[in-house]
Amino acid sequence: MIPPGATAIVGAAESTEIGTVPDVSSAGLAIDAAANAMRDAGITAADIDGFTCGYFPVADMSRQLGIFPSWADNTVVGGCSWMFQLRNAIAAIHAGYCSTVLIVYGESGKSTRRLGQSGDAGQRGGIGQQFDMLHGGGQAAATFTLPVLRYQHEYGLSDEDLAAGAVSQRAWAVDVPRATLREPTSVDEVLDSPMVAWPIRRAMCCLVSDAGGALIVTSADRAADYPKPPVYVLGTGGALEGGPMSPAGVREPLRPEFIRTSGEAAFASSGITHSDVDHLMIYDAFIHTPIFGLEGLGFVDYGEGGHFIAEGHTAPGGKLPMNTSGGGLSYAHTGAYGMLCMLESIRQVRGEAANQVPDVDVALCHGWGGYWSACATLVFGANAP
Amino acid sequence: MVANSFARSSEMTSCQAKTLDMAHPLIPVPTPETQPYWDGCNQGILRINRCNACNDAYFPPSPICPHCSSTDVKFFDASGEATLYSYTIQQKPPDLWGTQGPRSVALVKLLEGPMLTSSIINCEQTPETLRLDMPLQATFTSFGETTVLCFEPTEEQQ
Repeated sequence: MIPPGATAIVGAAESTEIGTVPDVSSAGLAIDAAANAMRDAGITAADIDGFTCGYFPVADMSRQLGIFPSWADNTVVGGCSWMFQLRNAIAAIHAGYCSTVLIVYGESGKSTRRLGQSGDAGQRGGIGQQFDMLHGGGQAAATFTLPVLRYQHEYGLSDEDLAAGAVSQRAWAVDVPRATLREPTSVDEVLDSPMVAWPIRRAMCCLVSDAGGALIVTSADRAADYPKPPVYVLGTGGALEGGPMSPAGVREPLRPEFIRTSGEAAFASSGITHSDVDHLMIYDAFIHTPIFGLEGLGFVDYGEGGHFIAEGHTAPGGKLPMNTSGGGLSYAHTGAYGMLCMLESIRQVRGEAANQVPDVDVALCHGWGGYWSACATLVFGANAP
Repeated sequence: MVANSFARSSEMTSCQAKTLDMAHPLIPVPTPETQPYWDGCNQGILRINRCNACNDAYFPPSPICPHCSSTDVKFFDASGEATLYSYTIQQKPPDLWGTQGPRSVALVKLLEGPMLTSSIINCEQTPETLRLDMPLQATFTSFGETTVLCFEPTEEQQ
């Protein structure tokens, strides 16, 4: 077991512009973010010996950046790929395969429709392509959201209480200059937004954006050599269940085992408890995923997550600040939001966030991938134990 | 027996793959391992796998049992009986469905156990008609140049 705080984030940045960036490709966004992260860490490509990027052929991207790594990964499990990659990078560093890893992400999800990207789970003849895509798999609003109606039916969550999640995330985004949607909204406005896939309305769906992000990670004993205070990785978890185009393979959709597995690993490896968590990110691809995350991670009991959010506990002024950038619903969502999700956690621990929560010592970040086939949980800390 | 059926289907698939490679990306492209399922669709039969070792039925088709890892598995004709676990009603379906109107995307639980992504057809695409846990039966419909599995309300409800 890698001890809590044995690894640290020493560079972290988004692409210079996010949202609508019409003249930059996915690769261009990744390269811009990588350059910003290297500047943030005060290093150049020559200092990096581990590399992973996920949505591009790994050598295409390392070559462009002038990195000649002794370790590479490129695990692709959908939106949380970069969270998995961080977990893998930590293992590689402590195995001695490399010392300093650059994790790069870029996705022109809006403007160039992912030109030049790889990592498609919808390949002809793939299981998802044969059995899920024709019915709606790959059309995320209709398929990722399939558990919602069952949840509402089993636990009596009203449309109004479901909609409240979008209102609280917008309330955070109001004060975030880089957020795409910053006008306050209301439950009525969410429920009046156009129907996309009943019971899911447009304001319950993530944005479609362009953005990049990058992290530089190294062992904690080297972290003092960098200009910014380190953000320690206290613990990690990750798990897979089901397939990448539909939630049909999740065995108990209202009590998914993969969320529990990932969360338990993150809590066990970090040694923290729920009450230690000062700040929370739960990847909101659609309005329901924070509900399932809160429950699966054990912050609330099954069936309580929707009401917990509707009661305002995760909104500004609530006891568990969650998705403080505005999240995928209001900040930005490129198609794969995991990197942006981690970057808000890291800003919070560094004390650099637009909506800075006071004294964030422990920040937990949970993301999803491949519809609902993967998830990862990371615990970041301002201090190593 | 099982190995033979995969070998036989392999030949068919390589022929089909040439034409399907040019097809719409939503048109399912069988592999040798899944061909018996697609042959079943063409015959109006829901054919899924059962493990000879642990007797579990599973989906999607695969030459290994996801429950016990046995490769002693077979295809069998499922009952076609199912229930509606959950669904959405997609407002703008892909053109291949041949409808401008809303259509359901569903999680359907087969009587034999597996859950699959499907569509409920031959009924109103409304929350009033599509009731959770309603009994369904397998039906087959044209989708582009292929025949695909969908579900419909059982006859007593129609």
